[in-house]
Amino acid sequence: MTSAADAYSLPPLPYAYDALEPVISAQIMTLHHQKHHQTYVTNLNAALAAHRTASATNDVPAIISLQQKIKFNGGGHINHSLFWRNLAPPGQAETDLVTAAPELKDAIVSRWGSVDAFLEKFKLALLGIQGSGWGWLVMKDAVDSTNNGKRLEIVSTKDQDPPFIDGQVPLFGVDMWEHAYYLQYLNNKAGYVNEIWKVINWKVAGERYVGGIEKEITFKL
Amino acid sequence: MAMSLLRTSAARRAMMSTRSSPAVFARGKATLPDLDYDFGALEPYISGQIMELHYTKHHQTYVNSYNTAIEKFESTSDVRAKVELQSLINFHGGGHLNHSLFWKNLAPRKAGGGELLDSKSPLTKAIQGKYGSYDQLIGAINTQLAAIQGSGWTWLVKDSNSGDLEIINKANQDPVTGPYIPLVGIDAWEHAYYLQYKNVKADYFKAIWNVVNWKEAEKRFLA
Repeated sequence: MTSAADAYSLPPLPYAYDALEPVISAQIMTLHHQKHHQTYVTNLNAALAAHRTASATNDVPAIISLQQKIKFNGGGHINHSLFWRNLAPPGQAETDLVTAAPELKDAIVSRWGSVDAFLEKFKLALLGIQGSGWGWLVMKDAVDSTNNGKRLEIVSTKDQDPPFIDGQVPLFGVDMWEHAYYLQYLNNKAGYVNEIWKVINWKVAGERYVGGIEKEITFKL
Repeated sequence: MAMSLLRTSAARRAMMSTRSSPAVFARGKATLPDLDYDFGALEPYISGQIMELHYTKHHQTYVNSYNTAIEKFESTSDVRAKVELQSLINFHGGGHLNHSLFWKNLAPRKAGGGELLDSKSPLTKAIQGKYGSYDQLIGAINTQLAAIQGSGWTWLVKDSNSGDLEIINKANQDPVTGPYIPLVGIDAWEHAYYLQYKNVKADYFKAIWNVVNWKEAEKRFLA
């Protein structure tokens, strides 16, 4: 049913599996990319193929029952694709907010008072997630004209819900599913939440802040 | 477990009926219930490391956070603050309830874990009547477990109105409520299996039936 042209595929990681050590282990990265993300892609393609079949026969109940599968697996594909690209090896220039994304840094300071205050808010949001989900820094259209009409917000999404509510643009995301950290941090999710900042790719986040995600990444076939 | 939960709800009823003198009641705190077996006793189906972390860290955190939330609830007279605590009380209270039921749902092989009840058992009859066999019931529960999107639990429950068995999914730590009596719960949070089974959660769902305590399920079924 599904041919290569009409199926999604696993995007390659922009770095080696062990490149984020010691913050995220190679074992976690390998399983997370090759198994978890691949499963979302596989199940998304299967759900879309079933949807095409149901569409062809105008099977409305089947179409409706497929929506949640498409949302969950499509969301899983979108979230992980955004996530891999908003991480970078620790110590690389991209992980320094001040030099890699000066405009975004100014916007963060103007929104939260200081970078540290922003980090504390973000960590609290991550630790407040009940169950599986993601924390995101997003950009919304602002009602007033501060920061060129852009307003930063910290939001969390549950399970694999994608971060595109009300036209908001995701700048970076942090995966808070247990599979993202458990093999290394066990129940100490605060440890993961403290360490992840060493591998946030602020250059990518800054580019998304200036130009959105369309130039960098596409979810179209 | 049942004692501490009963104490808590009795205390909260007492609280509601003594609104005029809120200082007189003393509430028993939720506490971590004893495990009936050693951490390693469910091996090789569930590793000792998983059991130890799951019980001493995860369950303990639900207990502590539930007590903290309840203390805040009781120490404020601001209804807005009380309402804002509902999500924390549900999540951590539910985590405490679910895990307390779960530990009792499991037993080492030498203590009857995995042993099916005989054909005269009322629960066996109910299972055969509704699902055909234990194998078919387990297959149906494992299908529900595999379908959970995110964190959650699958429960075999009894509908106390009709007496029928049902299989229901609950998200995150939402507890079994309403007309349903929880008989067997399977924890599908990744922390319940990831250190041993990694992404292959289907293997965990298959393995855990080797240590399910059906006698406990029947006790709940008949209660």
